[in-house]
Amino acid sequence: MKAFTTLDGIVALLDRANVDTDQIIPKQFLRKIERSGFGVHLFHDWRYLDDAGTQPNPDFELNKPRYKGATILLTRDNFGCGSSREHAPWALEDYGFRCIIAPSFADIFYNNCFKNGMLPIKLKSNEVDELFQYVEQTEGARLFIDLQAQEVRSKNKIYNFDIDPFRKDCLYKGLDDIGLTLLHEAKITEFEKHQKENLPWLYQKV
Amino acid sequence: MFQKIWEEHLVTETESSSILYIDRHLIHEVTSPQAFESLRLSGRKVRRPDATIATMDHNVSTQTRDLNSIDPLSVLQMKTLMKNCEENGIKLYDWNHPDQGIVHVIAPELGMTHPGMTIVCGDSHTSTHGAFGALAFGIGTSEVEHVLATQTLVQQKPKTMEIRIVGDKLPFGVTAKDIILYIIGKIGTDGATGYVIEYTGDVIHSLSMEGRMTICNMSIEAGARAGFISPDEITFNYLKGREFAPKGEYWDKAVAKWKTYVTDVGASYDKVVTLDVKEIAPMVTWGTSPGQVTTVTSNVPDPAEFSNPIDKKSAENALKYMDLKPGMKMTDIKVNKVFIGSCTNSRIEDLREAAKVVKGKKVSSSVSAIVVPGSGRVKRQAEEEGLHEIFLSAGFEWRNPGCSMCLAMNDDVLSPGDRCASTSNRNFEGRQGKGGRTHLVSPAMAAAAAIEGRFVDIRSWNL
Repeated sequence: MKAFTTLDGIVALLDRANVDTDQIIPKQFLRKIERSGFGVHLFHDWRYLDDAGTQPNPDFELNKPRYKGATILLTRDNFGCGSSREHAPWALEDYGFRCIIAPSFADIFYNNCFKNGMLPIKLKSNEVDELFQYVEQTEGARLFIDLQAQEVRSKNKIYNFDIDPFRKDCLYKGLDDIGLTLLHEAKITEFEKHQKENLPWLYQKV
Repeated sequence: MFQKIWEEHLVTETESSSILYIDRHLIHEVTSPQAFESLRLSGRKVRRPDATIATMDHNVSTQTRDLNSIDPLSVLQMKTLMKNCEENGIKLYDWNHPDQGIVHVIAPELGMTHPGMTIVCGDSHTSTHGAFGALAFGIGTSEVEHVLATQTLVQQKPKTMEIRIVGDKLPFGVTAKDIILYIIGKIGTDGATGYVIEYTGDVIHSLSMEGRMTICNMSIEAGARAGFISPDEITFNYLKGREFAPKGEYWDKAVAKWKTYVTDVGASYDKVVTLDVKEIAPMVTWGTSPGQVTTVTSNVPDPAEFSNPIDKKSAENALKYMDLKPGMKMTDIKVNKVFIGSCTNSRIEDLREAAKVVKGKKVSSSVSAIVVPGSGRVKRQAEEEGLHEIFLSAGFEWRNPGCSMCLAMNDDVLSPGDRCASTSNRNFEGRQGKGGRTHLVSPAMAAAAAIEGRFVDIRSWNL
C-alpha cells in the first residue's frame, strides 16, 4: 500500500451531499480487469457533455480552471454511498486526489480509500462549512494535511480529526495489510481447526 | 445476536481492530479480477476455495448466452473469472450453468447462506444474506484479495441499531419493499452509517425469506454495514433439503446451533428506532436517492419545504434531473419502462406478486416492460407455475437471469429521458442509464405501472 504522511495541495470543492459511487465512476467503465486508468472517467456523466468524454462540461465543479491540479477534495455528507466498487477510489486517486474531506462517508468507500493510500478525513459539519467558505474566498486555496498530527491546516486555522489508530498506522507506514494478517496465521489455523470440530458442515466443499 | 456472531468469529483482536474469520466468500466477475491478479503477483494462494463460490451476474446478457454477440470487455471479465476459478479450484456458476444467477439470489436458494455465518462479497448488497441471521456485508476489491488470501478481514466493530416495526400484520397492499423504502425515508440514506441493523417485531418475523431478503438487501441504502433478522422456523424450513444445507445428522446439529442466534429478550442496542406498520403504504421514490421517497397517494414534495439547506438543494437537483414539478400527484407520473428484477426483487415470490397483478391484462402501449428472474432456478420454478405465460401474454419480455437493468452494465439500459418503474434498489442519477429516471417500487406496484403507464395505488387494483 502507498504511504500517506503529509500533503500540501490545492483544494477542489464539490458542494453536493450523498455523492454515490455510481457518479464517481459510472458502470460503463467497470468492465476492466486492471486497477489503473480510471481517472479519465472520474465523474464522467457530470464532467463531460458527450458520452465519449471529449467535451468537458464547463459547469461541472472540477472543470473550473482554479481547481486544476487539486489533490484534496472537499465535499458534503455521505460521500461515496451506494455500490462497494473500489473503482471509485481508484478513479479519484488516478485523477490526482490523495485526500477527501467531508462531514461523513459511506462505510465501504471510507474503508476502500485506506487500501489505496488515500486519506478520507471526517470533520464536523460547521468546520466543513468554514473550509468551504475559506476555499471559495481564496483563489488557489491550499490545505496542509498532517496524518501523524491528525491535523488539517489552512492559512488561518488548524482543524483536528479522528482516525482509528490501526488504519492510521497502516496508512502512515504504507503497510501491506494482508502481510500483517498473515503474521497471525497460526491463530487462523487454530480457529479453523476448532471450527471444523464444532461445525463440520462448514467444511463440506460447496 | 450480532455480538454472538462477532465473538464466535474473532481470530484475534487488538484495541482498535479485530481479525474476523469469514465463513463464506461470494465472488463475481466485476470486482474480483484485480484481486486475483494481485494475489498472483504476490505469490499467495486462495486459502479456502471450498468456502468460496463464484457466479457471473453483473454483466451477463439477459437475452443471449452467445458470447460473440456481447461486448468484448464483458466477455473478458467473464473469461477471466472462469480462468481464476479453474486455477484456484473455486466452484463457478458460469453463464451456461442452469443455476447461474444473481449472487444474492443463488447463494440462499442453494442453501449456502446459514444463520450465524459471516459472509462477504465484493458487492454492497451482500447485506441480503442477513435475512438468515448471518453477518453479511459488502467489501471492496482489496478486501476480496484479503479474504482470498487469509479467509479473514480486519474489522472495526460497528455499533448496533434495532429497527422495530410494531404492529401485528402488514396492511393490505404493503410489501417488504415498502417497509424498507419507508424505513430509508424515515432514517435517511446515512441514517445507519456505522451500524449494523437488526430488524425486529412480529411483522418482520411474519415475512417469508424472500421478503426478509428484500429488507436486508436495502440496509446498505440506509448506510448500514449490514442488516439482519434473527432466524426462526421460517428460516430453518426454507433451508431444509437445499443442496448445500447441512444434511443427515449435521442438520439437527446445525438447527440446534442456529437456534442459539435467536435474539435475547431485552437485548441492548446502541440505537433503537421504532416504526408503526400502520403508517406504511405502497411507496414510490420521487428523487435520485432512495431516501427521497413517499407514499403513492402523496404529491411530489416542494423543496422549499425542506428546512435543511443541503436537503433542499438535493431535492431541487433531484426534481430537475427527474423532470418533476412540486405538488404533482405521484399517480400522475407516467412511465415508459418497467423493470422487474434485481437482487432486491427477482425471487419467485416477487414474480408471483407481479404476475397476480398482470394476469389477464395488457402492458400499456406506451410502456416496454421486462421481467428478469434472479436465477435459473427462479426462472424454471416460474415457468413450472406458468408465470412466464402470464407475463408474455400481457406483453412483458421474459429474460434470462442477471443483474440486468438494476445497474445496466449489460445492454439493458435506459435511454436519456426514459422513466422507469423499477423493483431494484438504487435510483441514483444515471444508475439505469445516463439521463434515465428511476422510481423504486415493489413488484406489484411495478406490474401495475406497466399496465396503466403510470403509478397506481395497488390497494385499489382489481385483482
